[in-house]
Amino acid sequence: MNAVKTYFTGIWKGIFTAMIGMKTTIRHLFTPAVTIQYPDVKLKLPERARNRLYVNIDDCIGCDQCSMACPVDCITIETIKSTPDQDLGVTSTGHKKRLHVPVFDIDIAKCCYCALCVYPCPTECIVMTDVFEFSEFERHNLIYNYSRMTEAEIAEAREKLKKAEEEAAAKKAAAAAKAAEAKPEEGSST
Amino acid sequence: MTENKTLPTEYVTNPDEIKTSIGKTLRTDEMIINMGPQHPSTHGVLRLEVVLDGEIIVDVIPHIGYLHRCFEKHSEHMTNYQQVIPYADRMDYLASMCNDWGYALAVERMLKIEVPERVEYIRVIMAELQRIASHLIAIGTYGIDLGAFTPFLWCFRDRERILDLFEMTCGARLLYNYIWVGGVSHDLPPKFVERAKDFCTYFRPKIKELNDLLSFNEIFIKRTANIGVLPADVAINYGCSGPMLRGSGVNWDLRRDDPYGIYDKLEWEVRVGKGEMGTIGDCWDRYMVRVREMEQSVNLIEQALDKLPEGNVQAAIPKRIRPEVGEMYVRTESPRGELGFYIISDGSTSPYRVKARSPAFVNLSVLPEISRGAMIGDLVAIVGSVDIVLGEVDR
Amino acid sequence: MQELLTSVLGDTVLVFVVLAAMPLLFILPYALVTIYLEMKISAHMQDRVAYMRTGWHGVLQPVADILKLLQKEDTIHSGADKTLFRIAPFLVFIGSYASFAVLPFSSAYIGADINLGVFYLIAVSSLGVIGILMAGWASNNKWSLIGAVRSVSQIVSYEIPIALSILIAVMITQSLNLQEITRFQEGGLQNWVLFGGPLPLWQKLLLMPFTFVTFVILMIAGIAEVNRVPFDLPEAESELVQGFNTEYSGMKFAIFYLAEFANMFVVSAMTVSLFLGGWSSPFGDFMSGPLWGVFWFVTKGMLFVILQIWIRWTLPRLRVDQLMHISWKVMTPFLFVCIFAVGLILVL
Repeated sequence: MNAVKTYFTGIWKGIFTAMIGMKTTIRHLFTPAVTIQYPDVKLKLPERARNRLYVNIDDCIGCDQCSMACPVDCITIETIKSTPDQDLGVTSTGHKKRLHVPVFDIDIAKCCYCALCVYPCPTECIVMTDVFEFSEFERHNLIYNYSRMTEAEIAEAREKLKKAEEEAAAKKAAAAAKAAEAKPEEGSST
Repeated sequence: MTENKTLPTEYVTNPDEIKTSIGKTLRTDEMIINMGPQHPSTHGVLRLEVVLDGEIIVDVIPHIGYLHRCFEKHSEHMTNYQQVIPYADRMDYLASMCNDWGYALAVERMLKIEVPERVEYIRVIMAELQRIASHLIAIGTYGIDLGAFTPFLWCFRDRERILDLFEMTCGARLLYNYIWVGGVSHDLPPKFVERAKDFCTYFRPKIKELNDLLSFNEIFIKRTANIGVLPADVAINYGCSGPMLRGSGVNWDLRRDDPYGIYDKLEWEVRVGKGEMGTIGDCWDRYMVRVREMEQSVNLIEQALDKLPEGNVQAAIPKRIRPEVGEMYVRTESPRGELGFYIISDGSTSPYRVKARSPAFVNLSVLPEISRGAMIGDLVAIVGSVDIVLGEVDR
Repeated sequence: MQELLTSVLGDTVLVFVVLAAMPLLFILPYALVTIYLEMKISAHMQDRVAYMRTGWHGVLQPVADILKLLQKEDTIHSGADKTLFRIAPFLVFIGSYASFAVLPFSSAYIGADINLGVFYLIAVSSLGVIGILMAGWASNNKWSLIGAVRSVSQIVSYEIPIALSILIAVMITQSLNLQEITRFQEGGLQNWVLFGGPLPLWQKLLLMPFTFVTFVILMIAGIAEVNRVPFDLPEAESELVQGFNTEYSGMKFAIFYLAEFANMFVVSAMTVSLFLGGWSSPFGDFMSGPLWGVFWFVTKGMLFVILQIWIRWTLPRLRVDQLMHISWKVMTPFLFVCIFAVGLILVL
């Protein structure tokens, strides 16, 4: 008897639940859609959205904090010390710039969009924008070079640094030589 | 098949012999079929070698490792403990908040720091929202595996609301890097509380709709009840956790039994499978545990939103994380089960060893046990009910 | 129809070629419309909009789909049995296409007004089974083979409920000729076989429960014949990729696709002609006539096609043994009871 009962309840439940399901779907046929017609209509991303990186190179003081914080090593920074006679200016946050930044490359293909580089920056020059449509045809186009120093400027800065170092080295050598001279004199005078 | 060395020999060399009427014998052999790494069902790159006798499964051998990305090795080479968190996100990419929290909790316990109460509340809200999102995917893809295409899209529509909430808070939709060691990266934005409450009121009727369409549909019940029955003692012996364990009737939930955060201050119930539509521990029970857990998560979120205290969420984030030499194992309840992090520190600023005990990996190990004797059509239902994420299985 | 063409073209073979190609005139636009309907209805049920960019609201998308399928590479992999692989799609299509010969589109047009219309319909629609089996075997792919074998068993098992339901309709209308059956139901809604046919009221009331049950069973069995969800285990199971369709691409796949849509209409048309009055208007004399006949027939057929689409996007899939259970253990016993009861009532 139990088998007969399960047989008939199975049939009844099958049809009944199918009808309930169909009622649910037909109701949805008349509700408005929740999708938008991208790319004609684009949603506005929230202000904290983390997408493509942007570096305001004028504010960069070359401290290398972002590059050290990056977990996938996608930021490459090279700096050249500036000599005291060069005035690189002040960033918008009030920091004095002391380093030239000839190379500031971000390989956005490697970037994992974790924003760990944004937090340590003292001048807040590296930010995550809300741009997410930046596909390229060639992979090397995804390496963004933010530095705006020309070859001539880089060469000039290196020259100046080399000269300044040489002068400093020469001064040091002269001072050491003088000190070496002074010692034997003292030694011999006693 | 070229990889016979992985098969136990008894299956390959034990054919049945059938005597036909004219005296000849027909050898029947088992067929070995590959449900290869490229699956139409959306579980990721998992290779299942299925040994079939006609339509009945004799053995299932899962082959994993297609998504191995050396998370544990990478963590040893990071310059500090905070840098590991983006990597931990990517393990179980459908439940990133819970990964972050597990790891951050482990490091916090090693450093013996206490986080502000506001941070704890925020973490619970995020983890429960993440639990709902993850279960929505599990339910949606389960429906699609069984041929019901519509619930999948409805689940994703609801999940979009949750991802909008996350994007509002931390800027990312899937891999958040939000829960840091000692706090969270951003405080909640101004409109978060009211939008989250709106979401809760929006979502409750959707669960009812889902039940109408899928859970109590007779065809769905016929496909999942009494299939893949996992007895409670087998589940415990294999180390299953999460909805797999609760579906088998074992009343064990780490949020209540090994509490972390402020779960002990909120009121909620643990949902356990009762064998309503078939035996305890079948696929339907596991599926229904997930649906009911979503309801409980909504309760938790509403309570936490009401009780949210004020505070500075970044007060306890340490400048330098340098735990003393030692080891720590911390387990949390991720949507898939018990997610454990075992960290060994050698006194420097980067970890010596990070091991992640992934729940999906352990749950997957029970697959051969529960699918013996089922048919091929059932295998899809069983794999779907285990709810694996290959990022977590392979790390 | 034949006389009209002979008078225009003369007594040549061309007349027969044109006659044979007439159903294509219906199938091709119908396929375009159905593809569009399927994608739009499924999209709106899922709270999204389907294609919007090809033409206004995606009206030209089916054309784009067909063009895409036409220009795809028609691959035959090296392990396949080449002859069978090539023939299989066409066999399946022939099975559905030949059924169009006896569908009564209107009182003035029917391809072949044979006295065994219904019998021919059942017989010819089984031809598709051979095509599916060929496709599965020739693909040299374990999954396709499993899918094809399941499909064969499914179609063959669901022939029985279809045949029994047709038997009940035939018992009431006392003819196997589809035009006769439709004429029998002329005169309005109350004369439809679904409501008992043009018989005395007491007989109609007694017949109605059984005809309703038979009608529902015929609808469900029809969906099973076409291999659509909830009965599409052979085709789109998550592990079978596309079942027997897996290795097909390009034009051959398009033919399978077209055959499935044509079959959908055949099955709907069969249900409609037998139970819902075919080309006769439900209002009796209002809106009836040869051209109106086509309108009513196509509308009623499309209604059932839309019903099939609706069911597809709502219900999950059945497993093979559950499918068999429904066919043999549920539908067939119910139909036997119905046959017995209907026979008894008609004799009274």
